Amino acid sequence: MAVASRDFRELRLEQISRDFGQFHALRDVSLTVKRGEFVALLGPSGCGKSTALNCIAGLLQVTGGAIYLDDQRLDELGPEDRGFGMVFQNYALFPHMSVRRNVGFGLVTQRRPKPEITRRVDEALALVRLETQADKLPGQLSGGQQQRVAIARAIVVAPPLVLMDEPLSNLDAKLRLEMRAEIRRIHTMLGCSTIYVTHDQEEALSLADRILVMIDGQTRQIGTPEELYARPASADVAEFMGYRNLFSSATEAADGGIAVSIGGARLIGTPVGAVAARATVAIRPDDLRLTGDGPIAATVEIAEYHGRDFYAVARMADGTELYFRSDTRIASGDAVRLDAAPARVLVYAA
Amino acid sequence: MSAARLPLRRRLREYGLDSVTLLIIPAALFVLALFIYPFLYGLVLSFHPKAGGWLANYTKFFADPFLYDTIRITLVIAVPVTVLNVVLSVPVALRVRLLRNQRLLTTILVIPITLGTVMVAEGLLTYLGPRGWLNRTLLEFGLVDSPVRLVHNYWGVMLSLVITGFPFTFLLTLSYVTGIDPALEQAGAVLGARPRERFRRILLPLLAPGLAITLALAFVQAFTVFPSAILLGAPAGPTRVISIVAYQAAFEQYDYSMASAIAMLMAAVQLLIITLLLAARTLVFRGPVSTGKG
Repeated sequence: MAVASRDFRELRLEQISRDFGQFHALRDVSLTVKRGEFVALLGPSGCGKSTALNCIAGLLQVTGGAIYLDDQRLDELGPEDRGFGMVFQNYALFPHMSVRRNVGFGLVTQRRPKPEITRRVDEALALVRLETQADKLPGQLSGGQQQRVAIARAIVVAPPLVLMDEPLSNLDAKLRLEMRAEIRRIHTMLGCSTIYVTHDQEEALSLADRILVMIDGQTRQIGTPEELYARPASADVAEFMGYRNLFSSATEAADGGIAVSIGGARLIGTPVGAVAARATVAIRPDDLRLTGDGPIAATVEIAEYHGRDFYAVARMADGTELYFRSDTRIASGDAVRLDAAPARVLVYAA
Repeated sequence: MSAARLPLRRRLREYGLDSVTLLIIPAALFVLALFIYPFLYGLVLSFHPKAGGWLANYTKFFADPFLYDTIRITLVIAVPVTVLNVVLSVPVALRVRLLRNQRLLTTILVIPITLGTVMVAEGLLTYLGPRGWLNRTLLEFGLVDSPVRLVHNYWGVMLSLVITGFPFTFLLTLSYVTGIDPALEQAGAVLGARPRERFRRILLPLLAPGLAITLALAFVQAFTVFPSAILLGAPAGPTRVISIVAYQAAFEQYDYSMASAIAMLMAAVQLLIITLLLAARTLVFRGPVSTGKG
C-alpha cells in the first residue's frame, strides 16, 4: 500500500522539559512509543500536554532532555526536518488552497514528481473518504470534513509518527464519536504511531493503547486504559479518571483491606500504595450501588435520567455529597442505602 | 387587513434599516459637502477654461512638456517610494508580530506620522545637508571626498517620503499580518516547508489582498506629495511634481479652471493605478485568511 508509515522501531522521549521563564510547563517527561502504538497524553487543560506535543513536533524547543527516533537525535532539528505529521486543534488548513493542494502541500515541499503527488493525494483522500470534495476550498467544508482534510494532509507524507492536538474538541458530540472511530481505523491501516493529546478521559480510554496522564507538567501515570480505569496511581489521577466521589477519611486496619469512614458510614477499601492514618478515598459513581442494607444512608437531591440508567446526587445526614448511578428509577427526595465492593473503594495517601 | 402584514418599522428592519441606520446621515452629508460637491464643481470648472474651447485646459496640459512631464516626474518618485515602503513593511511586520514589546516599537514607528511632513523635512535638511551630521561623519572617516548631495534633489524627497510613509504602510501591514493564524505557518513547517517557502506559499498569498490595499493607499499618499517636494527637492526641476503645477496654476496664475483640470488628471492617474492594483489582487486570492469551524 502506498499510504503507509516509514519504518522505525521507536520514539523515545528522555526526560524532556520545557520552561517558560520561571514557569515549568513540562518537567522530566519520559516516554517510549513503539511503532504502531497509539499513545494518548491525557490531562486537564494547562497541564503541559500540548507543550509536550509541540516539543515533539519541533514547534517548541525543549529546555532539557532529548528526543530520539531510533538512534537519530531529533530535539536539535527544526520541525521541517523531523518528518512527522501533525493535526492541529483548529485544523490549520491553508484557506487559499483547495483540499487537493492542502493535502499535497507536504509532497510539493519534498519536490515529488507531479504524477506521484496526484496519485498519493488521491489515495489519502480516499482513505479519509473525501474524494468528491477535492476541489473545494476549506471554507466550503463542514467541521468534520475539514478535520478529515487535516488528517489526510498529515498522513500523505507517510510520517513515522502522527501527532494530534485535541483534534475532536471542535466537533459536535455525534461527529466526535464518528471521527473517533475514523482516527482509530486510519491509525490501524497505516501502521504508524500516533500521539494524541486530549483532556477527555473517555476519548483516551477508547482510542489509546497506552495513556500518559499528565498533571502540572509532570507524568503521573503511564498505563493501559484498563489499568488507568481500574487502578489510578494517585488520588488526583483518580479524580481525573472519573472517580467523582473523593473523601478525606481516617483509616484503620480491617479484614480484607482497610476500613474507612464516609459521613459516619464504615466501608472496607483497598489501599493503593502506602496509606497512613488519614487518607483520600475514591469511588466511581458506577461502583456505588443501591442496596437494601448498604452502610451508607443518604437522600437523593438530583436524579438525571440518562436513558438506560439514572445518575444521581445524594446527600448524607452530615452533608457529605455522593454521586452514584442507578439502574432503577429514583427521584429527588428518595431515601436510599448505598454500598461499594471493597475492591472498588480505592484508598490513597492523603 | 392581512394578518401577515408587519408594521413598517419591522419590515424596514428586515432590510437592516432602523433608527441606528440614521446615524449614517451626518457622515453622508459630510462626504457630500466636502468631497462629492467640490469634486463635481472642480470637474465642471475644468471644462470652462479662461480661453478656448471646453477641452482647452486638457489640450494645453498635454501640449506643454513642462506640464505633462510632471506626471512622469511624480510617478518616478511615488512608485518606487510606495513599493519600497511596502516591501520594507512586510519583513518588519513579520518580525514585530513575534515581539513581546510590540507596543513600544509601534509607538516609535508611529512618531514620524505625528510629526508631520514639514517637521521631518526640516529635520532632514539639517541632518542630510552638506554640513549635516551624516556628511560630516562620512567625510571624517574618509568614506567620501566631498559631501554627498541628499537634499534639494530627488533623493531628499524620496527619503522624506519613506520616513513619513513607512509607519503608515507598516501599521496597515502589521494588522494584516497579525490576522493570519500562526498555526498555518506551523503546519507548513511540520510539513517540511522552510521559512522562505512558507512565506511564498502560505503568507504571501494570504497577505496579497491586504498588500494591494496598502499599496493603493500608500501610492495615493506619495503621489500627492507637496511639502517635501518643495522643501527637500528641486521644485523647479527633477521634483517638479504635479501638485506643484496645480498649486502654481491656482495661486500664481490665478487660473482655477486650469488648476481643476490638473487636479482631475491627478485623480485619473491615481484611479488608474488603484484599479490596476485591485484587479491584480483578485488574481491571487480573495477570501477569508482563516478557516474557522464551518
